[in-house]
Amino acid sequence: MSGSTATVRTTYRDALREALRDALARDERVFLMGEDVGRYGGTYAVSKGLLAEFGEERVRDTPLSESGFVGAGIGAALNGMLPIVEVMTCNFSLLALDQIVNNAATLRHMSGGQFGVPVVIRMATGAGRQLAAQHSHSFEGWYAHVPGIRILTPATLEDARGMLWTALMDPDPVIIFENALLYNLEGELAAGAGPVDIDKAAVRRSGEALTLVTYGGSLGKTLAAADVLAEQGIAAEVIDLRTLRPLDMPTVLTSLAKTHRMVIVDEGWKSGSLSAEIMARVMEEAFYDLDAPVARVCGVEVPIPYPKHLEDAAIPQVAGIVEAALRTLSHHV
Amino acid sequence: MNDAADRVGLLREMLRIRRFEEKCAELYSAGKIRGFLHLYIGEEAVATGVMQSLLPEDAVLATYREHGHALARGIPATAVMAEMYGKYEGCSRGRGGSMHIFDARTRFYGGNAIVGGGLPLAAGFGLADRMMRRPRVTACFFGEGAVAEGEFHEALNLASLWQLPVLFLCENNLYAMGTALPRSEANTDLCEKARSYRMPAQPVDGMDVEAVMAATKRAVSEVRAGGGPQFLEYRTYRFRAHSMFDPELYRDKQEVEEWKKRCPIAGYVARLEAAGILDGQQLAALEAGVAKEIAAAVAYAEAGSWEPVEQLTRDVCAAGAA
Repeated sequence: MSGSTATVRTTYRDALREALRDALARDERVFLMGEDVGRYGGTYAVSKGLLAEFGEERVRDTPLSESGFVGAGIGAALNGMLPIVEVMTCNFSLLALDQIVNNAATLRHMSGGQFGVPVVIRMATGAGRQLAAQHSHSFEGWYAHVPGIRILTPATLEDARGMLWTALMDPDPVIIFENALLYNLEGELAAGAGPVDIDKAAVRRSGEALTLVTYGGSLGKTLAAADVLAEQGIAAEVIDLRTLRPLDMPTVLTSLAKTHRMVIVDEGWKSGSLSAEIMARVMEEAFYDLDAPVARVCGVEVPIPYPKHLEDAAIPQVAGIVEAALRTLSHHV
Repeated sequence: MNDAADRVGLLREMLRIRRFEEKCAELYSAGKIRGFLHLYIGEEAVATGVMQSLLPEDAVLATYREHGHALARGIPATAVMAEMYGKYEGCSRGRGGSMHIFDARTRFYGGNAIVGGGLPLAAGFGLADRMMRRPRVTACFFGEGAVAEGEFHEALNLASLWQLPVLFLCENNLYAMGTALPRSEANTDLCEKARSYRMPAQPVDGMDVEAVMAATKRAVSEVRAGGGPQFLEYRTYRFRAHSMFDPELYRDKQEVEEWKKRCPIAGYVARLEAAGILDGQQLAALEAGVAKEIAAAVAYAEAGSWEPVEQLTRDVCAAGAA
């Protein structure tokens, strides 16, 4: 068991890079392709250094042709490769929506199970960097609407390091949403950290008073809100969904059966959001477990604005999560 | 193309497609085939000539007007017809229908009903083959309407930039549904568009199966040898309506009649007869053989089963529904 407790200090960005390096080293079918992944080193410096290590064939800069290179990734996957396609931000991925939704997500079913598309598409998501309305949105909930693709939202160093390889081994298309505010997240990671499961939600903090359900960039804020609640003697359980499609509802419902109260934190717009889906499933599957209406803390329904104070007001923050939790707890049965 | 048997074989392939499509039209009227049905009648020389030029390990991507390509590529008429019906025995298990024919055995990757949607995939196929050093070619069919899509330009640029072994095969039948080429393109010279991406491009008489085959074979061998992608524009014409719902308000009957005089099948029959390698009796025998095959395909489809509803969500993902 030596080494099992050894850790290294790292960042989310470095953990992602280590995952890429590991995947490229493990299997010759793996290659990375996208805008500025090579010479530039990646828009968020995730792929920095990989070009020198693996060469231009396998760390491939593309033109600004999202539909073209995402489609090429899908085609290469159909033809025996394990491509990792990076799209700079999820707003840009809308230019490739045809390829993702009409091809990647449909081909297995439409071909009667003859063809699979083992492509992994990575993209940055989320607000908080004052980049305004064309670089800051959260579309993971949209993509989670589509059958045939798996949606991952790594929120921890372990998941940043571990989700990629498991995603590549999935015979179907996987989209990994990296919240751009997480790239600088720093912490300790097990020295031997490797692949992790991509099926299960994780209980990030245990508690009995209420359940806070979240994912991605909102996990840190939700854990911070749980700290604030703990100071008031309230033990909140925090669930990190990790995978938005397929949803691990058993983990969510097990927690609810214990706490009977729930707040969902989702940076996406409230209408038609992932939080709405979870709420609906709670209504369908666990209505009688509830001691209070499920509450939501979501993105305000505006295009994300540029000024810091307005941007902050547009997405979930710790104070709002605490407030929603207290409101939920104030309902008496 | 001197061997008499080969030439009669080309005629037979075109006849198979023509009779299959005529039968589909009939079955559509009878309510056996539903959804959209796009017939290839008039364009048979293109798929026939191209498929003769490819190897089994090559990949084919086609459009929603792809019954002819599927048959010419070697997917049995039984499986294609069962797919028309939506039967479980169809080549896509009935899930795709007319517009979405797939077949792993012949490396036939659809059947794509998004105009231009197959072109980026083709670039990816070529990229995979190039990276794995496989001497394969990917043949990607699309209509002239696709050149207006961004995906056309993105895919041609990628393929040329990376020198990928892809054949971009444009079937120019002059109308994107009902929109004539000059009404949608500022530059109607399609080869010039391809050449602007620094790839060889050549117009081909798409009504002449031997011309199609000669031009395609040459292009295939150059692409396979590592010469990078090529573009071929087959000038052809669809004799029937765009789909079964099309009243054809956008083109003159006279124009259709003029093109019918260039029918790839009638023209080839005349040529083979003039060359003394086909007579009326042989043609009748060919027709009888094809009729028998089509009848067997229809019988197969009729006898086919419906996929059990319990399997509705099977193969959404490899492990089941997600």
